[in-house]
Amino acid sequence: MNARSYDVVVIGSGAGGGTVAEGLAPLARAGYRILVVEQGARLAESEFTGKEDDMADALYEDGGGFLTADGAMTLAFGRVWGGSTVVYTGTSLIAPKRVIEGWRVPGLAHADVEARSRRYMAENGVHLLEPELLNDNNRLFVEGCTKAGFRSEQFPLNLRGCRGSSLCNLGCPNGAKQGTHRVQLPEAMAAGVEAVTRAEALRVENGRVLIRVSAPAPGEKGSPSEWAPGDYTVSAKAIVSAGGSIGTTALLLRSGLGPSLPRLGAGFTCHPAHILVAEHERPITNDVGHPKSFYLDRAVEEGFVLETCMYFPFITAKNLTGFGVPHATLMRAFPRLQMILVLACDKAVPQNRISVDTDGKAVVHYSFTKKTVESLVKATRAAARIFFAAGALRVHAPSADPPLLTRAESGAIDTRVDERHFRTGRISVSAAHLMGGCGMGSSPADSVTDSWGRVHGRPGLFVADSSLFPDSLEINPYLTVMALADRAAERIREDAGSLLGAPGRAR
Amino acid sequence: MLLAPVRDTFRAIAVTVVPEASALDEPGWSALEALVEKTLSKKPAGMQRQLVTFVRAIEHLPRLRWGRPFTALSPDVRTRFLSSLERAPVLILRRGFWGLRTLVFLGYYARPEAAAAIGYRADARGWEARRA
Repeated sequence: MNARSYDVVVIGSGAGGGTVAEGLAPLARAGYRILVVEQGARLAESEFTGKEDDMADALYEDGGGFLTADGAMTLAFGRVWGGSTVVYTGTSLIAPKRVIEGWRVPGLAHADVEARSRRYMAENGVHLLEPELLNDNNRLFVEGCTKAGFRSEQFPLNLRGCRGSSLCNLGCPNGAKQGTHRVQLPEAMAAGVEAVTRAEALRVENGRVLIRVSAPAPGEKGSPSEWAPGDYTVSAKAIVSAGGSIGTTALLLRSGLGPSLPRLGAGFTCHPAHILVAEHERPITNDVGHPKSFYLDRAVEEGFVLETCMYFPFITAKNLTGFGVPHATLMRAFPRLQMILVLACDKAVPQNRISVDTDGKAVVHYSFTKKTVESLVKATRAAARIFFAAGALRVHAPSADPPLLTRAESGAIDTRVDERHFRTGRISVSAAHLMGGCGMGSSPADSVTDSWGRVHGRPGLFVADSSLFPDSLEINPYLTVMALADRAAERIREDAGSLLGAPGRAR
Repeated sequence: MLLAPVRDTFRAIAVTVVPEASALDEPGWSALEALVEKTLSKKPAGMQRQLVTFVRAIEHLPRLRWGRPFTALSPDVRTRFLSSLERAPVLILRRGFWGLRTLVFLGYYARPEAAAAIGYRADARGWEARRA
């Protein structure tokens, strides 16, 4: 076993880990040794090819097809230098006040989350996309919303020099998206923060992390690790876990923290989603331009959010219900397809949680509550109205049977799209906003950490990712993750004297 | 190769799920199956075994109703049989078929030739490529 010593180890390099790394840059400049540990590889710009099968394996855990325990939903999360910020669409929303207040976390104020979020919006170049860069897929959504009586809103996006490849979810081939790999991590590295990639954190123990470094598989994308393959014991006075909702929760469970933290693994939510498509008479610009420029927020009124989206051939095929001629016919209409992502604002319930199996691998238990299904169905009905109002000829709705609604049926949406057709295993449900598992609160009885991400009863162990959310955020989460991670970094900076001692001792 | 023992059944399922697959030549099939094999190779051994068992079950279950294996059925009857799995009352059957159709879609539509054939034109140069 190889041994290394640092003052702070940050596990994960995404919205949480990248933010903490940048936040600790002043400590690195002061002589503290700080290490970022990333399970995925570091990719060169030239390796972002935009090819579906090529990039899915290189960027996502399980190629983006991580299944829940009953196999009824796929979960997508990044495993690459920069984490999920490499594969999101850059949508930058500030957490709603009602949500943060509803979490009732002592010491966490919405004003603080908002102020930190605004700082990262400025740092990441967040702005509204210029009108000339909007594609038909997005324009039709706005038009359909207006005609159907809904108020759409434009997403603020963290882009610099977007060329409109539409390939955000396969990693921007033009480096336009301002993820942590482009903004926060380079800043941290310039200050002296170190990094090791292809390094899986196996366990955390008192004052150390056990890490396994792997060599690249033949033909695999990405640079070799900075360290030689093998197992390492890395001692650290402070450890920050930022491996995401599933990664962090599984790590802490593998590390034996479950018995002292009964809420560890609880409170998992994920905004379960369907991809809806509609066919227009003429080709539209859909696979060019930023894919997710507008949204419709009905979280308060009906428990759902609609977002524009555009996916790739395989993902689209997988998300359409059915097979054979009707399915193939719709796929051949690809240049005429408009797409909307419908997301349910699910709530934390006891049965939805994260555990680990006997090998220590994460297992996500998720069942759809009646309310979540109702939200998905209401969202599907609203999306169908928007599609038809925008002029679509046919709409594919997973919660309809048969799933294709013709224009002549546009008056019968409420009867055609119905909860009785929501059958897991027949329809595709996926999620990419994975939240909870290490929720914040006041004591081990109700939570895993305090409002600064400090794990109860474990001095020097912090959490800084979406696992901190005590319940669903009801919007795209990365900016809130950055705000909470910034709090953890601030706490470590302020407590550096007592937590880390004098700099320069770690080897 | 995982699919080798059940290749004929797998291809019969594939052309039922994606009718255009019937036009594939041997290199096309090889490309489709290579994508499927690559994905399966990263799955646990138990899941790989389950998939092969499920494909074998699809081959033989139709004997109970139609007296012939899946590969000997007409295209219409194959579709009816797979639809019955898709709508089965038991989740494990629905999930099994969902997984299988997902693999077929991956193998077929993740090939650049198939993407081009359906008119998918995304390009790293974005608007510049489209307006050229």
